[in-house]
Amino acid sequence: MLILAKFGKDKAAVLGALIVLGVVIVAVLAPLLAPYPGDVAASHLTSRLKAPSFEHPFGTDNLGRDILSRIILGSRGALLIALMVVGIAMLIGVPLGLIAGYHPGWLSETIMRITDVFLAVPQLILALALAQLMSPSLESAMLALTLTYWPFFTRIVFGEARRLKVALFIDALECIGAGKARILFLHILPNSISPIIVRATIGMGFTILVAAVLGFLGMGATPPDPDWGLAISESRQYLPDAWWFSTFPGLAIFITVLGFNLLGDGLRDIVDPRLRRSR
Amino acid sequence: MLGFILRRLLLVIPSLVGLLILTFFLIRVVPADPAAALAGENATLAQVAEIRRQYGLDQPLYVQFAVYLGQVARLDFGESAYSRRPVALDIKERLPATLELTIAALLFATLLGIPLGTVAAVHHNRWPDVLLRILSVGGIAIAAFWFAIELQLLFAMQLDWLPLRGRLSPGLTAPPTVTGFYLIDSLLADRGEAFADALSHLILPAFTLSLGALATITRFTRAGVLETLQKDFVTYERAQGFPRRALIWKFVLRNSVVAAVTQIGLLFGGLIAGAVVVETIFDWPGIGFYTVQAILTADYKVMLAVTLLIGVIYALVNIVVDVVHGLLDPRLREED
Repeated sequence: MLILAKFGKDKAAVLGALIVLGVVIVAVLAPLLAPYPGDVAASHLTSRLKAPSFEHPFGTDNLGRDILSRIILGSRGALLIALMVVGIAMLIGVPLGLIAGYHPGWLSETIMRITDVFLAVPQLILALALAQLMSPSLESAMLALTLTYWPFFTRIVFGEARRLKVALFIDALECIGAGKARILFLHILPNSISPIIVRATIGMGFTILVAAVLGFLGMGATPPDPDWGLAISESRQYLPDAWWFSTFPGLAIFITVLGFNLLGDGLRDIVDPRLRRSR
Repeated sequence: MLGFILRRLLLVIPSLVGLLILTFFLIRVVPADPAAALAGENATLAQVAEIRRQYGLDQPLYVQFAVYLGQVARLDFGESAYSRRPVALDIKERLPATLELTIAALLFATLLGIPLGTVAAVHHNRWPDVLLRILSVGGIAIAAFWFAIELQLLFAMQLDWLPLRGRLSPGLTAPPTVTGFYLIDSLLADRGEAFADALSHLILPAFTLSLGALATITRFTRAGVLETLQKDFVTYERAQGFPRRALIWKFVLRNSVVAAVTQIGLLFGGLIAGAVVVETIFDWPGIGFYTVQAILTADYKVMLAVTLLIGVIYALVNIVVDVVHGLLDPRLREED
């Protein structure tokens, strides 16, 4: 309750939470909310590139499809990609970090050096290269993003596990003969969960951004998917006349990522008491 | 201090070896037939066989790795399938364009970010602080490729204030290469109109690229200044009646920028990655544009060389950051 009260005082974090909640609701109810749910695949060439109007608040695209509907329907893909990528990256990265942090020795060194190498190349470039090597598709893009995101979790959990390893209660558990798996997953993991949640929240926003870049460069979603990045890429040849075509999908990306970042920022301030003072 | 630098250099070696193994793995093991991949899409069977022999792909993996190390050591990355020129030469010609862009973005972000962060800290929790916080979170959340397109739409297409793309207007010839930076070279050649033209081409891409860095520098400066403001020496100076403005901009700021300086170094790596997107939108003839072309056309030799290059730049920047850090804060030198 104390945490909720503290969170409520942070207006930016509350705004972030509301945006995230809003995007999730839109994604879940997408087919009901979209004015023209059929515009995922349909095309209406007679009404192409129409400026925003009452029937089409965000205008129509090069195939006459309602942009508002496609943004609403596209929220599903964006959230799903981010959830899958961050979720699987956590499943890979967290156990590796726990093992490396708790067991010093060659295994720990190997894991952490591999992590360093992955972190030494910008995620976008590595993900682009991997997606191309696996032949470009949405699945390749997701796999590439996952393969390049797990080291972030390993790095964080490693630090936490190493810090907790020397804590008195872990010594006590070792003394009474608790098994290694028990100590790692029932005691060290719950105690390092907060930075993991913060990282995952910020990672959601970050993944939506990078996935949009992949879609924009033609290495992710393929037409006729209502993907936000893909829409911006398609809009480029109709500029400057059809300004709405590029503007609204970009705003959708911006607002969604902003929501996750504000929320992650607020959570970090609550979780890390050292930062609280500077607020 | 020399020992400190040497230790830092040694620490980088495992990362670089790892990077070599990773790139080797990417290029030789991930594709089903690396020879076909290296030869390109339109290669005949004979060409593929020739490449297989030329690159030693019929040899065991450890022999291949040794050969690969030799090629990297000689900077021999072969010929680009896209430009039909040696990859190393392409990179050498394009690197200055990227460096000019990233350094301009970093300068802009630093010169604006440090004062903004200080203003936010001084007006802690009042409207300038809240406004700057919203802007700095927004700066990280914005998709650079979209922001770049919107800037082009407004300033190049609608208002026609700034050029749409490229590094120089088509009618102008590039100044003679000394540094490869058009801004510096045009001044050295005393060509004012080339300088003005290059500058106007640089504004939109550099501004787009600087957004993320600007947000980060503002945040770290703010946190640093807030922490220093609570130190005893600040209270003492204020009690002495020292002018507040001079106190903040002279003493507090100097004691607060260490964290921000570290970030500036780390940001440089992020800027190189950002350049991939920004250069693509603005047709900026640098490494980022080259990388995207290589990836989209599956030009494996270029992908390999560029990944290695960026990894090495990352590592070097980290060493420089550590050394600068050590200079600013002597306590760090003795820690390890």
